[in-house]
Amino acid sequence: MCLAVPGKIVSIDRSNPDSPMASVQFGATTRDISIQWLADVKVGEYILAHVGTALSKVDEEDAMFTLNALREMGEIE
Amino acid sequence: MKHIDEYRDRELVEKLARKIGKEVTRNWNIMEVCGGQTHAIMKYNLLQLLPPEISLIHGPGCPVCVTPIEMIDHAIALARLDRVILTSFGDMLRVPGSISDLLTEKARGGDIRMVYSPLDAVELAASNSEYEVIFFAVGFETTAPAVALAIQQAKKRNLNNFSVLVSHVLVPPAIEALLSSADHRIDAFLAAGHVCAIMGTHEYLPIAEKHRLPIVITGFEPVDILMGIFHAIEMLEQGRFGIKNSYSRIVKPEGNQKAQDLLKEVFVEEEREWRGIGPIPLSGYILSDGYSNFDAVKRYKLKKGIAADYGSCMAGLVLTGRKRPSECINFGTTCIPERPMGAPMVSSEGACAAYYKYHRSSANLQ
Ligand code: SF4
Repeated sequence: MCLAVPGKIVSIDRSNPDSPMASVQFGATTRDISIQWLADVKVGEYILAHVGTALSKVDEEDAMFTLNALREMGEIE
Repeated sequence: MKHIDEYRDRELVEKLARKIGKEVTRNWNIMEVCGGQTHAIMKYNLLQLLPPEISLIHGPGCPVCVTPIEMIDHAIALARLDRVILTSFGDMLRVPGSISDLLTEKARGGDIRMVYSPLDAVELAASNSEYEVIFFAVGFETTAPAVALAIQQAKKRNLNNFSVLVSHVLVPPAIEALLSSADHRIDAFLAAGHVCAIMGTHEYLPIAEKHRLPIVITGFEPVDILMGIFHAIEMLEQGRFGIKNSYSRIVKPEGNQKAQDLLKEVFVEEEREWRGIGPIPLSGYILSDGYSNFDAVKRYKLKKGIAADYGSCMAGLVLTGRKRPSECINFGTTCIPERPMGAPMVSSEGACAAYYKYHRSSANLQ
């Protein structure tokens, strides 16, 4: 139910100001997702989508930092 | 897929499990609130990777599981009406009500349709003006904003043939209810990251401080879950309490302000019955005065239902982490996903279904 998946924005349509939409790619499928609550997203960025709406933008810098820290983390401290 | 595969990496998962093993010195019970996390824990066999001192207890965070039987009965009553198209998420179709379920009603000719998004239900109403389109809305704070958006759009478009059967539930009051019961054995919580993506983290600090325990905001992939457990263990071993955000690539402390504003506009909080648990104060949404025209309960004058008899299903004990699904006498015998006796066996996020499906397998790590 709370399944929310990260996807990549391939295009954005703001022609209806009441309902800005993005075409978002999830692996092999692409879906139209409302970006009503994320004013500043751009093509190429990743968002977390859930039941047709984008909940938040994936913070790439944060993701990279955390993963690098985990990979470099020593076994014995 | 980017932002998923990295967090299913076997090497990282095993490294984190070893780190947790080094950190832990005594027994701890950690509850993951969200059914999505329970599902992942079983799918990736994380229980077997963790040191024996750590018990993961599974929480009530499966919205389908806790939807009261009365709401399912309401949905069935609506689906039986003429010129009604009842829409919902696929998960809701097999949940048993007191007399039937939506899948059976569909087979009998009811116009019941699965939608991916509540926004699709609005489109259905727009293109079928001679029909009444009703959306049966379940889910936590993660899902409620999409439903609020659908209702707001229906209002802007003057769609008088659209209404919603609202059965949304809220996470913090449920955590508070679990912690307020005298016999709980929870030392720390993993809080559901996708709820916090909307609501932010501020609701959890007062609960963590009042009950003096760690609440760690956690994601849904194996690496995310183990990182959440690691942070919880670190705090527990050091005798610290409070909140920690282990899912900062998705969750910002303030959450999604615009979605929160919309929730405040469309919904108000009310006491809600949780199937298997009972009533919890201010734990559900109903429509606010400005949107009450869209309330299916009012539009169709639905009467309060009768409380259900759960027979030998111990969903309540499972949902509150007091029993494991495998301790239920019906588990895997008279109760299986194809013939569920209770909601935790119906929903893919229910603990019973997760135990049944992923019995001992870690083949899903990469
Ligand atoms: S196994 Fe079936 S009967 Fe037992 S608690 Fe789970 S849903 Fe209920």
